[in-house]
Amino acid sequence: MVSVDEYGEFETAWCPGCGNFQILKALKQALAGLGLKPHQVLVCSGIGQAAKTPHYLKCNAFNGLHGRSLPPATGAKLANKNLAVVVTSGDGCNYGEGGNHFLAAVRRNINITLLAHDNQIYGLTKGQASPTTLKGQKTKAQPFGAPSDAFNPVAVAVAMHAGFVARGFSGNVDHLADLIQQGIQHEGFSLIDISQPCVSFNKVNTFGWYKERCKPLPEDYDPTDWGTAMNTAMQFGETIPQGVIYKNDRPAFGSNIPAMQGEPLARRNPDLSVLAEILEEYA
Amino acid sequence: MSDTSVNIVIGGEAGQGLVTVGDFLSKALVRAGYEIVVSQDYMSRVRGGHNTYAIRTSPDPVLAPKDEIDILVALNAETVSLHSDALSERAVVLADESVSFESKRRLKVPFKELIPKTIFENTAALGILAQLLCLEKTWFHRLIEETFSKKGKEIVQQNIDVFEGAFAWSQENDVSFECIAPATRTEKRLRLHGNEAIALGALAAGVNFCSFYPMTPSTSIALNLIAKGERMGLVAEQAEDEIAAVNMALGASFAGACVLVPTSGGGFALMTEGVSLAGMTETPVVFALAMRPGPATGLPTRTAQSDLNLVLYAGHGDFVRAIFTPGDIEECFYLTWKAVDLAERVQSPMFILTDQFLADSYRAVAPFDLDSLADVTKPDLSEEPDSNYMRYAMTKNGVSPRKLPGFGEFLVIADSDEHTQDGHITEDLAVAVDMADKRMRKMDILKEVIVPPTLDGDDIPELLLVCFGSTKGAALEAASMLREAGGKVAVIHFSQVYPLDSAHFLDVFESADRVVFVEGNVTGQFADLVRKETGFEADDRILRYDGLPFTAAYIIDRLEATR
Ligand SMILES: Cc1ncc(C[n+]2csc(CCOP(=O)(O)OP(=O)(O)O)c2C)c(N)n1
Ligand code: SF4
Repeated sequence: MVSVDEYGEFETAWCPGCGNFQILKALKQALAGLGLKPHQVLVCSGIGQAAKTPHYLKCNAFNGLHGRSLPPATGAKLANKNLAVVVTSGDGCNYGEGGNHFLAAVRRNINITLLAHDNQIYGLTKGQASPTTLKGQKTKAQPFGAPSDAFNPVAVAVAMHAGFVARGFSGNVDHLADLIQQGIQHEGFSLIDISQPCVSFNKVNTFGWYKERCKPLPEDYDPTDWGTAMNTAMQFGETIPQGVIYKNDRPAFGSNIPAMQGEPLARRNPDLSVLAEILEEYA
Repeated sequence: MSDTSVNIVIGGEAGQGLVTVGDFLSKALVRAGYEIVVSQDYMSRVRGGHNTYAIRTSPDPVLAPKDEIDILVALNAETVSLHSDALSERAVVLADESVSFESKRRLKVPFKELIPKTIFENTAALGILAQLLCLEKTWFHRLIEETFSKKGKEIVQQNIDVFEGAFAWSQENDVSFECIAPATRTEKRLRLHGNEAIALGALAAGVNFCSFYPMTPSTSIALNLIAKGERMGLVAEQAEDEIAAVNMALGASFAGACVLVPTSGGGFALMTEGVSLAGMTETPVVFALAMRPGPATGLPTRTAQSDLNLVLYAGHGDFVRAIFTPGDIEECFYLTWKAVDLAERVQSPMFILTDQFLADSYRAVAPFDLDSLADVTKPDLSEEPDSNYMRYAMTKNGVSPRKLPGFGEFLVIADSDEHTQDGHITEDLAVAVDMADKRMRKMDILKEVIVPPTLDGDDIPELLLVCFGSTKGAALEAASMLREAGGKVAVIHFSQVYPLDSAHFLDVFESADRVVFVEGNVTGQFADLVRKETGFEADDRILRYDGLPFTAAYIIDRLEATR
């Protein structure tokens, strides 16, 4: 048994009332619940308020660049598949600056878990529209309303047959912790898009706004049915269905690559006698 | 030293198989004991256009490509018209009889008669070349067998028949090309180009992870790593873009992989934020950048030395780096090894900077001495619990003990923000100053292990040619020609351009009457760097930026023109 306390308690730079606190709580609960010790976990993040998460958690961490949380996570997992690799970053980070990496991670189906803290706004840079900001929402940077259609990451992930796609809400910690656990246990890429109120800069998608809309999926919902999943993924309005929207058992990245089996790369020393044979091939 | 070399140029359209002819011939030459320098000139297209594969060969060492052509194998008419001005006095031109070009020293090859199908044209050309050069046929027979045995005995025999037929034909239609002098070497050598040597040096150093995004002329580094590295446990991934490639490498390195990222200027431009991240997170990474002309997409398949400034200044903020500029194949191998070791030791990004010419230039090299290689620096793999472990612990030399996440009960935290010793984000400005100082202290280590430039020729020269990277061979040849004409000439070649230690070269610079920098860029980027670091101002700069490699003749012409 691992206790949640092992994951520590830190002072944060988040605004009081921010949804990030709840997500952090759910993450700790999930990790402890899976019996993972802090040193077995690597949390990678980009830049933004959400991306500060690994600093508020006892764990290994690679807090990289804005938009670049997924590539280092991928590299780390390829180097050492024994690590439980989790990515925590905002919607701007994951879907804006890092959009291409998001698509690639889905396609690659690398065994990591992405927690997208989706507050539908850029928090750290003080309130500009993000890719998930609803069209027409006014901000200081978009005084005439966000000009572009909102990105629907869940629908995109389902459309691309991502391994595991879920929607969570920071206001429902236990449910979210359960989704995170399932995501980490899933062999392959897992997206958990988490609705998260930003109390400072998003006055539209407030806690109340989400609370009213975030409804659990029906008990008999079948997440392996792609067509239903696609329909469900498109629902982001009067209701925002919560739970595992889609999953499949596509093999995870590397399962067919011989060099990916075996021990972590750090333990492999070059066998120079093999290299000597390789040199012969250039004679 | 008289020039014993023969310069063979095979020209034609992409897709016509000129690379096959060139590869076969150069391999046969190396096995037969000859020296070679191959320069490949190709256009950025998969079919058509005009490409050449030039092999300069001799029983004696050859250093650089040559402009004058001794044997021109023209796979189409365009080759003849483009290169007839470059033919030497003894030159032989070998072209299909349908190509109209009048010259006494021409072999009108009836390719259609010599071969059963067009795909055998390459083999026919080889038969004629073997006869002209007086090379033993067995070298070719063996290569034909090795190459075609997978396709069955019949194909092997057909090729041998074509080869023999063409050989016999050219004996009858002799244009009496003077045979290449017999080779004297008998020991085994490898035929390698720069990118292959870099890949092998990386494997020797323990590189076991390569993330990349394809870009000419660097791609074959990754391809060689993939083809050969599997057996050594290497994991490779073609990333979605260069930004991902570098960030993926950093994540892998953080988790204990030994990483190499191959790229070219345009791709590296995208990687610069990752270079800075490596500097801040103190993550080892080696970049191998094969230069081609810019700006932007430039001349995608041609050569240049114009990305020195990019590599020198890539990444925002201050951090340490070293830049190696190998001048030949051996240096590609050993300096890659060294760059990997330094990256691991100093925990900062390191660079190998080459160019298209060297990347694609085959040479004959002695097998590398693998036993002489020391062990590369490794992270601390001990698994003892350490609750006080700090990734960025303050140390005298700036290098902090590097442990890996997941290898024991301790936590490893890397951060792109300014951070405390335990890796956590901070806005404490005093800590920021300490951390910046810590990172910069690593420069002292880099300065201790600088590869000094090599001086070749007179100690107190009238003329000193200064060069870096692949220009070495052409500069050495130019200097030796000038010395034969009575000049006191020397070459100083830099295989490492950063950091520099003026104690290694300033005396020679000051002792020379005339110091001329020879570089493949428009402004003299290296001359500017030397001036910035030492205040030394070059007398002249010979700059080539037409996309082609330096030759001795080019340098000598320019020396006269700038005088
Ligand atoms: C390359 C780069 N561009 C821009 C920034 C500035 N920046 C920091 S955080 C951020 C947006 C954060 O928004 P989001 O990812 O939604 O996270 P949140 O703060 O809302 O949690 C931006 C644009 C940066 N740090 N790096
Ligand atoms: S700005 Fe918004 S997202 Fe950031 S901490 Fe404050 S409330 Fe949370």
